[in-house]
Amino acid sequence: MKRIALLGMPNTGKSTLFNRLSGSSARVGNWPGITVDLMSAKILMGGHIAELIDLPGLYDLQGYSDDEQVVRHFLSNNNLDLVIIVANSAQIDRQLSLAIQIRALGLPSMLILNMSDEAKRAGISIDEKAMSLKLGMPVVKISAKYGDHCPEALKTAAGVLSKNKLPIDAEHINGQLQQDLNVEAEMESIVDETVQMPIQLGNDLTSRIDKFLLHPWLGLPIFFAAMYVLFQFIFNAGKPLQDGIAWLLTLFRTNALEPLLINTPTWLSGLLLDGVYNGLGTVAAFIPIIVLFFLIMTMVEDSGYLSRAAFLVDALMAKMGLDGRGFVMVLMGFGCNVPALMGTRVMRSKNMRLLTMLVIPLSLCSARLQVFLFMTATLFTTSQAPLVLFALYLVSFSTIFITAILFKNQYKNNEPFILELPPYRFPTLRQIWLRGWQEVKYFLNRASKFITIGVILVWALTHLPMGLAPASKATFAGQIGDWFSTVLNPIGIDSQLAIALIFGFVAKEIVIGALAVIYGLQGDALMHLMAQKLDWVQGMSFMLFTLIYTPCLSTIITLKNEAKSWLFAWISILWSLALAWVVSFIFYQSARLLGF
Amino acid sequence: MNPFLSQTLNNLKPGEAAVISSIDADKSFFLRLAALGFRIGKQIELVRCASFNGPLHVRIGSTDIILRRSEAKRIQVRSL
Ligand SMILES: Nc1nc2c(ncn2[C@@H]2O[C@H](COP(=O)(O)OP(=O)(O)O)[C@@H](O)[C@H]2O)c(=O)[nH]1
Repeated sequence: MKRIALLGMPNTGKSTLFNRLSGSSARVGNWPGITVDLMSAKILMGGHIAELIDLPGLYDLQGYSDDEQVVRHFLSNNNLDLVIIVANSAQIDRQLSLAIQIRALGLPSMLILNMSDEAKRAGISIDEKAMSLKLGMPVVKISAKYGDHCPEALKTAAGVLSKNKLPIDAEHINGQLQQDLNVEAEMESIVDETVQMPIQLGNDLTSRIDKFLLHPWLGLPIFFAAMYVLFQFIFNAGKPLQDGIAWLLTLFRTNALEPLLINTPTWLSGLLLDGVYNGLGTVAAFIPIIVLFFLIMTMVEDSGYLSRAAFLVDALMAKMGLDGRGFVMVLMGFGCNVPALMGTRVMRSKNMRLLTMLVIPLSLCSARLQVFLFMTATLFTTSQAPLVLFALYLVSFSTIFITAILFKNQYKNNEPFILELPPYRFPTLRQIWLRGWQEVKYFLNRASKFITIGVILVWALTHLPMGLAPASKATFAGQIGDWFSTVLNPIGIDSQLAIALIFGFVAKEIVIGALAVIYGLQGDALMHLMAQKLDWVQGMSFMLFTLIYTPCLSTIITLKNEAKSWLFAWISILWSLALAWVVSFIFYQSARLLGF
Repeated sequence: MNPFLSQTLNNLKPGEAAVISSIDADKSFFLRLAALGFRIGKQIELVRCASFNGPLHVRIGSTDIILRRSEAKRIQVRSL
């Protein structure tokens, strides 16, 4: 099978072209020599099936950024039949350098001048025949977004493929990558003879919008207002959808599964229903949120506003070792950690991305909010409860801040902060939808197995050995709660609450349900009993611990998938457990010392 | 601005344009700058600065770029 790679600077439309060519056959795969995932797809090209790979964006083949190293490693470990260089036509005067560098490697290549629609509007004209002659490779103008001339580009690519019989050996490329070239002079001479740019460049509309959105005083308030609106939209629209899925799942369970399993032993039906089926339900609950999140994020990203957000809040973020795009993801984490972690993929520096992923699980997501709403209503008066909630949000922000400061040297960002501000664009519906769908597919492929296993494990802990009341003291979970009593007593958490914490590891939504099972009561009766058994200091300590100790199983699995490392997931778990304990300890002991 | 005096990019005022006269950067940063269009002799305009001593927004040809002040200090410019 022939192998073709798409290569180009960031934001030139590689992914857009990739999606257009690949349709729905795209998948994520591992490649020799590199640790990041790349999208690839099988496409039909001039009678052959070829494999198309979307490489990360790079500025210079000799650059040192994480992505540039990935591309270099890819080129020197994988044999290729064709490299398709994608360039933004409006910036061809500086992007031609990549084509010259690739040609010097001796790889069969062609150049795609993308965004021809924008170039035309800006009055830029390029003589692609002359450019092709000078460059010694085919040159095709297309618009990946609107699909103009994409079939021609495919035909040209097929032509190049049929000319070469053998792929170029990657070993050979490795040697070639070292050599220095004088790209500058050649690029200038080609551009001089083949490109005509109007004297007055610049996008008028974009400048005018920027004047408003990047305004020295208005910029930040607009940013926060926009984030608030998007946030509200994602999570308010997501809630009914999640409820709907939960309703359907329960319906199916009571009307189909339970009657079906009526004659099986209790342990088996428990395992199947409360373990496996609930595990799948946990996975399903994330689908609407992930779709909505990426529908919105695609708009924010593709419109070009995300880079502008980076501009606006960078001054506040730089001290924490984070950047503005990371900040947007942390804010979104207050809705749900899982898509926020997936969204950090826009950050191209690996270390900064890891640091951002380390702090996102500390943001008080809506699932934790539900637990706190219940607990504060149980333990505090209606006038105190909002203040307690506010305090919990403050604690959440503080733990994010402290974690970032403490770990910023561990995950030191070594890439310069220098970003392009693309002109404002609006993504097509097709682009928005495709992205939402791809991300859900990715989440389901990667996460559903581990999440289900985790849910089954927690079911086993709280229901075994057989024949015991669920979540009672004699179950494994109860025993674990006892073992940990020496560490949990100093923070005011008794063994029954400890069992609730074990449930909370799966998902915070089920903590209240778990308490109901543990105490054997529901609703108001549960509230009464808890208010009797716990004083507010204990309750607060429990809430602080719940806030920090671990977000949920799905977050942890996503963290592991995105970082591609169990080690990193463990660091995150252990750090948050330790931090949770210390914060609760300080709170509980000082409150007791002060006589509360 | 005195035409014979060169200054660093971060000292320009919003709306002011100048010509890049030298770039003091290690190889990796130099390559990145070059790929984004920062070359000696090119005209550059400071469009705006973010508040709280935040990054700068500059324009070279058709490309708008944001960069931190610490990075802008390494770029020398002279007046047109
Ligand atoms: N006007 C126009 N915009 C495009 C075209 N191709 C891609 N884009 C937009 O350019 C931006 C960057 O595209 P993307 O595919 O993410 O670039 P990548 O970083 O190279 O993968 C997105 O907002 C796209 O919608 C095109 O042909 N014309």
